[in-house]
Amino acid sequence: MAHLNPTPVIEPGQDRTMILNMGPQHPSTHGVLRLLLEIDGENVVRIMPDIGYLHTGIEKTCEAKFYQQVVPLTDRIDYLCPLTNNLCYCLAVEKLLGLEIPAKAQWIRVLLNELTRINSHLVWLGTHAMDIGALTVFLYCFREREDILRLFEMISGQRMMTSYFRIGGLALEPPLGFWEKVKSFVDRFPAKVDEYEDLLTANPIWLRRTKGVAMITAADALALGASGPTLRGSGLDFDLRRDMPYSSYEKFRFKVPIAQEGDVFARYIVRVQELRESVAIIQQALGGMPEGRITANAPKVVLPDRERMKTQMEALIYHFKIVSEGFSVPAGEVYQAVESPRGEMGYYVVSDGTAKPYRVHMRSACLANLQLLPAMCEGGLIADVVAAIGSIDIVLGEIDR
Amino acid sequence: MALAPPISDFEQLKTHPALSRILAWNSSAVKEAKFDRDELSISIQRSAIRETCALLRDDPGCPFNYLADVTCVDWYPGEPRFEVIYHLLSIPNKERVRLKVKLDSTSPVLDSVVPVWPAANFFEREVFDLFGVRFSGHPYLRRVQMPEDWEGHPLRKDYPVEGYR
Repeated sequence: MAHLNPTPVIEPGQDRTMILNMGPQHPSTHGVLRLLLEIDGENVVRIMPDIGYLHTGIEKTCEAKFYQQVVPLTDRIDYLCPLTNNLCYCLAVEKLLGLEIPAKAQWIRVLLNELTRINSHLVWLGTHAMDIGALTVFLYCFREREDILRLFEMISGQRMMTSYFRIGGLALEPPLGFWEKVKSFVDRFPAKVDEYEDLLTANPIWLRRTKGVAMITAADALALGASGPTLRGSGLDFDLRRDMPYSSYEKFRFKVPIAQEGDVFARYIVRVQELRESVAIIQQALGGMPEGRITANAPKVVLPDRERMKTQMEALIYHFKIVSEGFSVPAGEVYQAVESPRGEMGYYVVSDGTAKPYRVHMRSACLANLQLLPAMCEGGLIADVVAAIGSIDIVLGEIDR
Repeated sequence: MALAPPISDFEQLKTHPALSRILAWNSSAVKEAKFDRDELSISIQRSAIRETCALLRDDPGCPFNYLADVTCVDWYPGEPRFEVIYHLLSIPNKERVRLKVKLDSTSPVLDSVVPVWPAANFFEREVFDLFGVRFSGHPYLRRVQMPEDWEGHPLRKDYPVEGYR
């Protein structure tokens, strides 16, 4: 079973081991993760993650806001995939309300979620490779990431904190020329993935640093709560998009890449293949985009558009009511999970029938994945700890919330 | 899409593998069950939570082999005040179930499920940190988000959202 209470290789009290503090300000800990390492020379005997340096109390803040005011907060949990968090929260509240979302809005949500996944994986790949010493990849990845951020800016007005999904649909119609830009991006992107793979996949230094490093078995990963590419890198074939579909993912055909080895390289290869699958999903979404509205037919929940608000009394009243006193949500509770780039992102929302959520809890994929770190690294080298942190792709904003 | 009314009758819910399994094992462990918005919640006796989790994990027909989440809701000033929530997922059967344990404010203590699922480690520490619910048998029940010397438990409803206390 997993290493919960790891027995030290060397008895504590003997003065062969020392305690090394790594982080919270350390470039390879991806934010403010602090690790306490007990080391014997270059070997890691024990490792203990210490988190909470980025705790902002978002869950508490949510309880003081109207339902629609929580959407911008969800961006700030995981700043690399804001749209995934927007989606998960909106789906949870829509489930509480019993809202039906038009097909076009669902397809745009899927498309933007896959763009977000590419964006997040590019940041992961760039920083992960940089941690291990391959600096060039970082520049290549951020070049393409910039294109995606421009797309986000075009559609939502923001590069990172998009808040583009709203409860009941989308904020705005996509602007003219947006689909052409997305198409031109996905057409040239697969060649760029080949470029990254040319730099890394067969690179002997990369292979030496990643193959057989930070191994974890599927059983241990499952017991410790791993999800997403970290779990699939250990050979467990489970993806929420395919197995428990949401937001019409069941209408898309895509492969779920898995790898059996459970080492850093396996997790790398899973994510790189996911980049290609995301492109395939985006192309299907572009090809079969349905026509119709982008918001649900629920005037008490969805803000009316500006044109109607200025010409129709009814719309003006609804606008005033929603903005000034929110909308009440029937009492109940839901748990909605989506496949974020890091794994199972879940929102547990409890309503007491008022206009403010009684409780919003975010199930963080990174928090669970971080628990794998001791099991992966103990007995290895300090340098491999850096590779292991990169391979589980953590975002401290999501861990600490 | 109108909301269907919640179902809380055991007879109608018996087809769900998790509930039927627990009822077959020990029907007194289940306080109530509710099926609402396509999600099943089962309220469990405090003393039975660890056995229930182990039972569901090792169920051969529908193994709930993945602990997705542990969290808590504070119903202050109502009693029982705390509700500890477990979200379980069966990866082979693609089925979810929610377990709940209600706790009084006088002694918010229950058994840790870390021996069943090591994944509960950080989740339970977070609930302890932010709600002050204690998990007996947890290997390392220390604050995780707040500093070690912090006073109070911020996600409790009687803890102010802003300002000095």
